[in-house]
Amino acid sequence: MIKCDNITKIYNSGDVKTIALKGVSFEINDGEFVAIMGPSGSGKSTLMHIIGALDTPTSGKYFLDGQDVSKLSDDELADIRKNKLGFVFQSFNLLPRTTVLRNVVLPLIYAGSSSGEREARAKAALENAGLNESHFHHHSNQLSGGQMQRVAIARALVNDPSLILADEPTGNLDTQTGEIVLSTFQGLNEKQHRTIILITHERYVAEHADRIITIRDGEIVEDEKNRNKRKINSIA
Amino acid sequence: MIISDLFKETSAALLVNKARTGLTMLGIIIGIGSVIAMVSIGQGVQGTIESSIQSLGSNLIIVMPGAQRGAGVQVSSGRGSSQTLTLADADAVQQQILLAQAVAPEVSGRYQITARGTNTNTQVIGTAAAYSVVRNVEIDTGSFIDDQQVRSLSKVAVLGPTARDDLFGQDVDPTGQTIRIKGVIFKVVGVTKAKGGSGFSNPDDVIYVPISTAQRFLTGHEYVSDINVQAVDQQSMTDTQAQITSLLLDRHHISDPTLADFSTLNQADIIATASSITDTLTIFLGAVAGISLIVGGIGIMNMMLTTVTERTREIGLRKAIGAKSRDINLQFLAEAVMLTFTGGIIGVILGWVLSLLVSRFGGIATSISLFSILLAFGVSAAIGIGFGYYPARRAAGLNPIEALRYE
Repeated sequence: MIKCDNITKIYNSGDVKTIALKGVSFEINDGEFVAIMGPSGSGKSTLMHIIGALDTPTSGKYFLDGQDVSKLSDDELADIRKNKLGFVFQSFNLLPRTTVLRNVVLPLIYAGSSSGEREARAKAALENAGLNESHFHHHSNQLSGGQMQRVAIARALVNDPSLILADEPTGNLDTQTGEIVLSTFQGLNEKQHRTIILITHERYVAEHADRIITIRDGEIVEDEKNRNKRKINSIA
Repeated sequence: MIISDLFKETSAALLVNKARTGLTMLGIIIGIGSVIAMVSIGQGVQGTIESSIQSLGSNLIIVMPGAQRGAGVQVSSGRGSSQTLTLADADAVQQQILLAQAVAPEVSGRYQITARGTNTNTQVIGTAAAYSVVRNVEIDTGSFIDDQQVRSLSKVAVLGPTARDDLFGQDVDPTGQTIRIKGVIFKVVGVTKAKGGSGFSNPDDVIYVPISTAQRFLTGHEYVSDINVQAVDQQSMTDTQAQITSLLLDRHHISDPTLADFSTLNQADIIATASSITDTLTIFLGAVAGISLIVGGIGIMNMMLTTVTERTREIGLRKAIGAKSRDINLQFLAEAVMLTFTGGIIGVILGWVLSLLVSRFGGIATSISLFSILLAFGVSAAIGIGFGYYPARRAAGLNPIEALRYE
């Protein structure tokens, strides 16, 4: 469960103060599929960084599974990311010239699990993300964009996180491939009850989630259930 | 992150860009290789020089005619050309200086030697029986000159192996044959063992005859070229040298030691001087090679900095999935150390091969000490850590958010 309580974030660069978040509060329950939507400069990336334990708020409190994350040190934040979070990025961020399997195993190396267990878990995560086994030993840069993003999803899943954070996961994909990735998220949410937060600036993409939080100029302007959830049935 | 994972990650990262890794490593390979080769050549030269000085004899003091280091003007006179020492001086040293265990005066000169159709021009040393002890001459066949032969002016000769080869051919026993030195017939009574020489003076290309015979038939005067004295032991060498000097000054009626008409040379001094020269040489060679090692280290640092910049996003990602700053630091440090360590191993092999080649074709018996190998490994690891530290720190200090956004 995620609880944000009056979170603000202020950046100081020289004399210029930029207020990125002005007191944001919301809760997300386990098993929810939430889209955080807003135009660029709205503060949604800052919010994602705080939720993703990559950054800490200037004031306010952030609880992840009941633990206050807002005041932790860098190393403690790294432990939170390692154990509780999975990231999917717009630009995939796979290691080039490295096999698919090794890319997915990477988070487990830092988590310190045994090497036999790692491979099994990585394979399970890749199947979960809908990637064909024939690609497991390909180098990541030999894959198509959609396949790469599914490897990235598998990498986010492999440590069995409480929360998956997807930052513009379809931004570098064409519409059709983007649909496939989004339906992968929907499947993970519906069948495995994974908590997923999707950050996007496109309403069309946000409408694949169950709940849409709209943010503008550092404030939540709208937080409501998505009544016309988009679904595609043909999963390629 | 455990060691085997670190090793895997590191080797994978280094293998991604093999050409760059190889070229960077080449700097360290050349650096370590040249340090190893240069130091081993330096030590080889030192060993060669020391052993050739040692082969002169042990605890040896040589008294030579001619001025000692005069204050101001040095009357430089070639060995043997000055005529101030006599057999009587040698006898006096023998009888009056108790620390002198053995005394062997010698006269030497180069003469044309003939033997049944062959001829050679070589050094003829006229000396006494003690010479074989003092100057460490060992007999291969026959015998060395004895005191009886010296007393009776026998025309006998002992050949050095090179002189034997030149006059009679290899592996021929010439004892009983005759040779002519300056037209005088000598009977060969023995051949010495090879000392093995290097450089310009070959100690094996020599013929020994009794000193009395040499003075009578060859040089025609009673002066000696030098007097070889063996001290009883290493510790008494300086005392012996001092006693010889005062005795001879007295005999020559010279009151001011700076005006002495002879000089003494102490073997220990020669060795000390030679090894201080070769030490300097070794340090110099090592320092030149060390500079190339530092240049190699800078190459490593340069590559690591480039790598960190190139892999900024990867670092961001690693941090996002839970790597701590320490993990990143360790990974990049390990890459630098693996580069230098692998380079170090190849460098040691290269240096070893180089010094073997020098031994084989350069005639210097090089030696690679375990110390220099350990030093090379230590230095290469230290260079890895030293020059990898800053890039690794830079990588570890990256902010994950900015690193992930880096284009």
